[in-house]
Amino acid sequence: MARTGPKKSAIRMLVWLGVLIAAMTAVLAGGTMAGQASWTPKLALDLEGGTQMILAPKVEGGSGITEDQLNQAVAIIRQRVDGSGVAEAEISTQSGRNVVVSLPGTPAKETRALIQASADMNFRPVIQTGAGAAVPAESRTPEDKLPKPTAAPANSSDENWITPEIYKQFEALDCVNPSQDKQQRSDPAKPLVTCEPATATSPAIKYILGPVEVKGSNIKSSSFQLQRGAQGAVTNEWAVNIQFDDEGTAKFKEVTERLYQFYSAAGGQSGSDPKAQFAIVLDDQVISAPRSLAVITDGRPQITGGFTEESAKALSDQLRFGALPISFEIQSEQQISATLGGEQLRMGMLAGLIGLLLVVIYSLFQYRALGFVTVASLVIAGVITFLAIAILGWTENYRLSLAGVAGLIVAIGQTADSFIVYFERIRDELREGRGLVSAVENGWKRAKRTILASKAVNLLAAVVLFFVAVGNVRGFAFTLGLTAIADLIVVFMFTHPTLQLLARTKFFGEGHRFSGLDPKRLGAVPLYRGAGRLRTPDDKPVAVVRAKNTGAAAEAERRMTIAERRLAEKQEQAQQEQLAGTSKSTSKEGK
Amino acid sequence: MVNFSTFGNELYTGKRSYDFVGYKKVWFLVAGIAVALSILIPIFKGGFNLGIEFRGGSEFTVSNVQSTEASRGEKAVQEVVPGAVPRVANVAGNTMRIQTDKLSDDETLQIKQGLTKAYGVTDNEVTSTFVGPTWGADVTKQALIGLAIFVGLAAVLMALYFRTWKMSLSAIVGMAVTMFITAGVYGLSDFEVTPSAIIGFLTVLSYSLYDTVVVFDKIRENTADIQASTRRTFAEEVNLAINQTLVRSINTMVVAILPVGAILFIGAGLLGAGTLRDLSLALFVGILVGTAATIFIAAPLYAALRQGEPDLVKQAKRVEQRRADAAAKTAAQESAATA
Repeated sequence: MARTGPKKSAIRMLVWLGVLIAAMTAVLAGGTMAGQASWTPKLALDLEGGTQMILAPKVEGGSGITEDQLNQAVAIIRQRVDGSGVAEAEISTQSGRNVVVSLPGTPAKETRALIQASADMNFRPVIQTGAGAAVPAESRTPEDKLPKPTAAPANSSDENWITPEIYKQFEALDCVNPSQDKQQRSDPAKPLVTCEPATATSPAIKYILGPVEVKGSNIKSSSFQLQRGAQGAVTNEWAVNIQFDDEGTAKFKEVTERLYQFYSAAGGQSGSDPKAQFAIVLDDQVISAPRSLAVITDGRPQITGGFTEESAKALSDQLRFGALPISFEIQSEQQISATLGGEQLRMGMLAGLIGLLLVVIYSLFQYRALGFVTVASLVIAGVITFLAIAILGWTENYRLSLAGVAGLIVAIGQTADSFIVYFERIRDELREGRGLVSAVENGWKRAKRTILASKAVNLLAAVVLFFVAVGNVRGFAFTLGLTAIADLIVVFMFTHPTLQLLARTKFFGEGHRFSGLDPKRLGAVPLYRGAGRLRTPDDKPVAVVRAKNTGAAAEAERRMTIAERRLAEKQEQAQQEQLAGTSKSTSKEGK
Repeated sequence: MVNFSTFGNELYTGKRSYDFVGYKKVWFLVAGIAVALSILIPIFKGGFNLGIEFRGGSEFTVSNVQSTEASRGEKAVQEVVPGAVPRVANVAGNTMRIQTDKLSDDETLQIKQGLTKAYGVTDNEVTSTFVGPTWGADVTKQALIGLAIFVGLAAVLMALYFRTWKMSLSAIVGMAVTMFITAGVYGLSDFEVTPSAIIGFLTVLSYSLYDTVVVFDKIRENTADIQASTRRTFAEEVNLAINQTLVRSINTMVVAILPVGAILFIGAGLLGAGTLRDLSLALFVGILVGTAATIFIAAPLYAALRQGEPDLVKQAKRVEQRRADAAAKTAAQESAATA
C-alpha cells in the first residue's frame, strides 16, 4: 500500500467496504431464502412479546423451600437458558416462592424441558427393560396374559409392581419417536414407565422402574475423571464419580446390596438380570442406568462404561444440578403481548431519529459540507450494524431488546465522535498551513491512534459487561460492542478514504467557504507558514531530539509554533507580572 | 453561537487560553464538594428511589379486563394509598399489571377489590403477587463485579498505552468523580434506580474513560519531548493540550448528548417511566459530568501528579531561567535603547 498513492488505496478501501457490505447482504439474503433468517432483527421479549412462565417449586416430602435453595435453582435455570444462546431470558424469584422465567418469543420444547428439568432427579431400580420402539398393536400381550401382581411388592425391585396397566403402558410406549406432550410429573412412590432416549452410541431403551429409592438431593457432589486401572494407572476410560451424603450412603448401600444379588445371581454376565440396574432419572427420563457391580458401602459409587469426556461431563453436570431437592411445575404460562414493547420501540426509534437529525444539523453547522461525510458515515455504520444484528439474530439467536435499542441510539454519538476527532486533527493540520491533501494524511495518522485507543476502551467495557452482567445488560453491552466495531470499520474504510478523495476535489481542496475546511477560517494564512516557524531569539529550537521520539516530538514542536510564539510572549509578560507580585503563568486574553 | 472555527483556532494557537491546570485547586475543591454532596444527599434523603426490581413490591395482575386504561388502575390504588405512584402497564391483550410499593395485607385486599371494580372483572381474575428483590440484587452484584473488572483492565490498558500509571490513575479518579456525581444526581432526582439505570451508569463510566483517553492522547503528544524543551513547563503543556482539544471535547459532548437528550425528553414526555428514560437520564448527566471531569479533574490531576518529578522540576527551572534571561535581555536592550 505504501507504494501506491493515497487516491488509489482510498478507492481500493471503498471497494473493499462495498464487498464487505455486499457479502453481509448476501449471507443474510441466503439465510432468508433458506427460510432461516429474516431481513429484520429478531426482537427480545420486551419488544416482541413473549412467554412468561411462573414455576412453582415442588419439594418432595413436603418440606419447605428455603430462599437459598430457590436462589440456587434460579442460578441453575439461568445458566442453562443463557447457555442456549444470547437470548435475554429473565429469571427471577417472586415472593420467595415462585420462579418467573421470561423468554422472548415462544420457547422451543427443548428450552421448556431444559427449564423444568433442572431439579427433579432421583434413583429408581429397574424392574424391566425393553427395546425402545413401541410393540406393534397386533403383537401386544393379550389382556388375559398380562402380568398380574401376586402379592404386595416387597421392595422397589419387586415385579409385583407391574400391574396390567403399567405393562400395557410399557408396551405402548414409543421411545424412538417420543411424543412431546408433557405428562404429569411422576409420583415418587409409584413405579414409572419411561425412556432412555437414543444417544450417539446407544439406541433408545424403555424401562419399567420401581419407586424412588435415593433422591437426587442425597447427592453431595459429582465429578468426572479418567478411570484408574487395578494398578492405579490411568486408563482411557472416562468415569463419573458420585458422592452421597450420609442418608444417601445408607440408602444406596441398601439398594446395591439388593441389586448386587441380582447381578451375581445372573453370574455377572453382561446380559444379566435388568434388575441389577438402577436408573438415574432426570425429569422422568432415564439419563443413565448402570448395573450394580458391587455393594457400595461408602456412598462413593463410580459409573463407568462407554463414556466419552463429553458424555461423562454431561452426566456429572446433570447429577450435580439435579441434586437440588426441588422440582418445578409450570404454574402459569403467559404470552406477553408486544403492545407495550411496540410502543416503547416506536418511541425509541422516534427518539433515535430526532437524535440523529440533531446530530446531522449540528455536524453541518460545525463542519459545513464535511458534515455530509459524517451523515454518510453514520448511514453506512447503521447499515453494517443492522446487517450484523440481523445475521447474528439468525446465527446466534441474538435478540434486540429495548436496552439494545438504547445502545444503538447512544452509539450514534459515540460513532460521530470518531469523525470529530479526525476532523479536528485535519483542521489542526490546516492551521499549520498544510495543503488539504497532506493535512488529511497527517491528520489521519494522528487521529487513527487516538480513535483506536479510545475505541479499545469502549470495546473493553462492552466485552466485560457482556461476560459479567446478566439479562438486559448483556443485550446492551452487545449492541455497544457491535457498534464500536462498526464504527472502526466505517472510519477506516469509508470516512478516511472518502476524505482522501474529497481532498482532491476543487470544492474541498481549495477550501471553499462552506467546505468546513477553509484554511482562512481556520486561521491558517499562508504567510504564517514562514512566520510561524520563526523563533524568538532566546527560544532555542530543540537542542537534542532523541531518535526514538523524533517523529512525534519534532512534529509536536513544529505544529505548535504559532501557539508557542504567542504563549512565549504572554509568558514573558506573565513573568514580569510575577516579579511584580502576580502569579499567573498564562492569562486569558480578552477579545 | 460561538464561531467554533475561530474559537478553535484561537485555542489551538494559544491566542485564547483557559487556565485549567492553574486553577486546579479550585476544581478539585468544587469536585470534592460535589462528591461529598453526592454521597450525603442520598443519605439524607433516605437512599435512592429504587425500582420494584430492587426493593421488591406488590404486583397485581388483572386478566380479562374490559378496558386497558391505565388511569383506572392508578385510581384504584390511590383510593387506598393516597399519593402512591403505581406503575400500570398493559402486559398482554387484556391483562393489566399494576406494580406498587410494598403493601400491608389490608391494603393489598382493598386494592384487589378496587381493581376488580375498576376493570369490571371477577374476583379470581385479579392476582396479587409480591416481587422479591432477587433480580435487582443479581443485576447489581453482577454490575459491581463487571465494574471492578472493567476498571482494573482499563487501568492496565491505559497504563500500557500511555506508558505511565499516573495517567491511568488520573483517568480513573476522573471516572470516579463522574460516577459519584452521576449517582448523586440520581439520588437528588426522583428517578427510579432500575436495572436500566444501572446499565446507563456503566455506559457512563465507559464514556468517561473514552473521553479522557482522547484528551490524554493529545497531552502525551504535547509532552512527548518535554525534557528537551525549554519552551513550556509540563503543566503548561498539559494546559495547552486541554485547550487544543477543547473544541473536540465540546463537539463530542454535544453530539453524544443530542440523541440521549432526545430519548430523555421524548421518552419521559410521552412514555413515562421505562427502560429508555431510566437509561437516558444516567447517560445525560454522566456525559456532561464525564466531559467536565476530564477537563477539570483528570488532566489537571495528571499535571499535579507529575509536576513534582525531579526531572520535570529541573525542566521547569530551565524554562524559568530561559524566560528570565529573555526578560533580562529585553530589559537590557530597552535600557540600551534609552541610553
